[in-house]
Amino acid sequence: MLIRYLSQIGRYFLMLKEIFNKQTKWSVMRQLIFKEIDDLIIDSLGIVCFISFFVGGVVAIQTALNLTNPLIPKYLIGFATRQSVILEFAPTFISVIMAGKMGSFITSSIGTMRVTEQIDALEVMGVNSLNYLVFPKIIALFLYPFVIGISMFLGIFGGWLAGVYGGFTTSVEFINGAQMEFIPFHIVYAFIKTLIFAMLLATIPSFHGYYMKGGALEVGKASTVSFVWTSVCIILFNYILTQLLLGS
Amino acid sequence: MIEVKNLEKSFGDSRVLKGVSTVFETGKTNLIIGQSGSGKTVLLKSLLGIHSPDVGTISFDGRIYSELDSDEKRELRTEIGMVFQGSALFDSMTVEENVAFPLKMFTHDNRAKIKERVDFVLERVNLIDAHKKLPSEISGGMQKRVAIARAIVNNPKYLFCDEPNSGLDPNTSTIIDNLIKEITEEYNITTVINTHDMNSVMEIGENILFLKKGVKAWQGTKEEIFRTDNEAIVKFVYSSNLFKKVREAYLKE
Repeated sequence: MLIRYLSQIGRYFLMLKEIFNKQTKWSVMRQLIFKEIDDLIIDSLGIVCFISFFVGGVVAIQTALNLTNPLIPKYLIGFATRQSVILEFAPTFISVIMAGKMGSFITSSIGTMRVTEQIDALEVMGVNSLNYLVFPKIIALFLYPFVIGISMFLGIFGGWLAGVYGGFTTSVEFINGAQMEFIPFHIVYAFIKTLIFAMLLATIPSFHGYYMKGGALEVGKASTVSFVWTSVCIILFNYILTQLLLGS
Repeated sequence: MIEVKNLEKSFGDSRVLKGVSTVFETGKTNLIIGQSGSGKTVLLKSLLGIHSPDVGTISFDGRIYSELDSDEKRELRTEIGMVFQGSALFDSMTVEENVAFPLKMFTHDNRAKIKERVDFVLERVNLIDAHKKLPSEISGGMQKRVAIARAIVNNPKYLFCDEPNSGLDPNTSTIIDNLIKEITEEYNITTVINTHDMNSVMEIGENILFLKKGVKAWQGTKEEIFRTDNEAIVKFVYSSNLFKKVREAYLKE
């Protein structure tokens, strides 16, 4: 079992090396990158905006409902919403959700190409199929921090709307709280995490799709396995990065 | 010409190819036939470089594949056209884009020149009105013709076809067979076809390799098939009454 996992990890790193070998012609690659930006980034914006807005609202309401002591100031609602959204909710939990959305899309599209011999066709033509299929995804996901930035903004905006119009706090108190003790490095930390999660989101589902064997049923299984492993890696890297960047 | 010498390939404990040696000639339709599990697909994938042989060599007009460096291998692969069993067309591309793909990847031709060449090969395979259609919008026979067009668009020296007739009706199968034969002769390329279809063997088999349990059991032309006493090939080819009668009629003549 352990040897199998180690061999898979080794294979994953060999795949990463191969992705950057023998680059596809730029005129073709440029089109692929734009297509991946459309499929992975633009198509994800709707769900990210929806979830971020409402979860931000829920965070604000739950914080407000837990502030039963009258000595605790109401501006803490804005402070707690900002901290939860920027530090954890936007970078980490949106990434776990994206492991399901983008990840299963990547695994199933590459897996279907494997099953229908399209990857063999690329290789036979002399195309580095890993570079052709995975490299544009990695480049497209450099725009992932942009998605997370929108998620942060909408999360806090949803919190403000729920807090103010739900009658839990005033606009001034919420905004004061949201600005209180702001540490700019927290944003840097969130975006460092986001970039690493973007790399995981592009490569782990690609790995599971590219090396899958079997037929249509196995494409479905590979998508599930890829979601599990991408989520596990995101959570694991979240812990390691938090310890490294905020722990000292 | 493709020369295979003493090719062996195993997967775990299973020896699939056991010392196969043969020559696939230029300008001829070379067929690989045999029962399921006889090693046909493994031989074809070894020729394509998808499988690396354990022992033996494959040379393409004197260039021994295993001795080439990775750039030379990629260069050689650009001289290869392949028609896959399921066509393997790119789902997200139209017919026109599928055929233009090798040109866009490996040539510096401008759009007009690429379009001219794509139109020419699509016309050559009798596909005129399908340029803007997706593979899912055309029939299996048309998909095979698109796959052939994509395989020959780059003027390959070697054309490989894996079961080009699978899933096609007899009429379309004959059209595809004849198209492959015509293209082989017209462009003087080395064509290797992996097939189960005995109609194809009788129609276009100029050099037939019969594999049995990973061993070359027989090699010859379609005319020689009628006269051979080789037990293995007789049992395989004449398992159907129709072909038995065809053979009897041929021998009477």
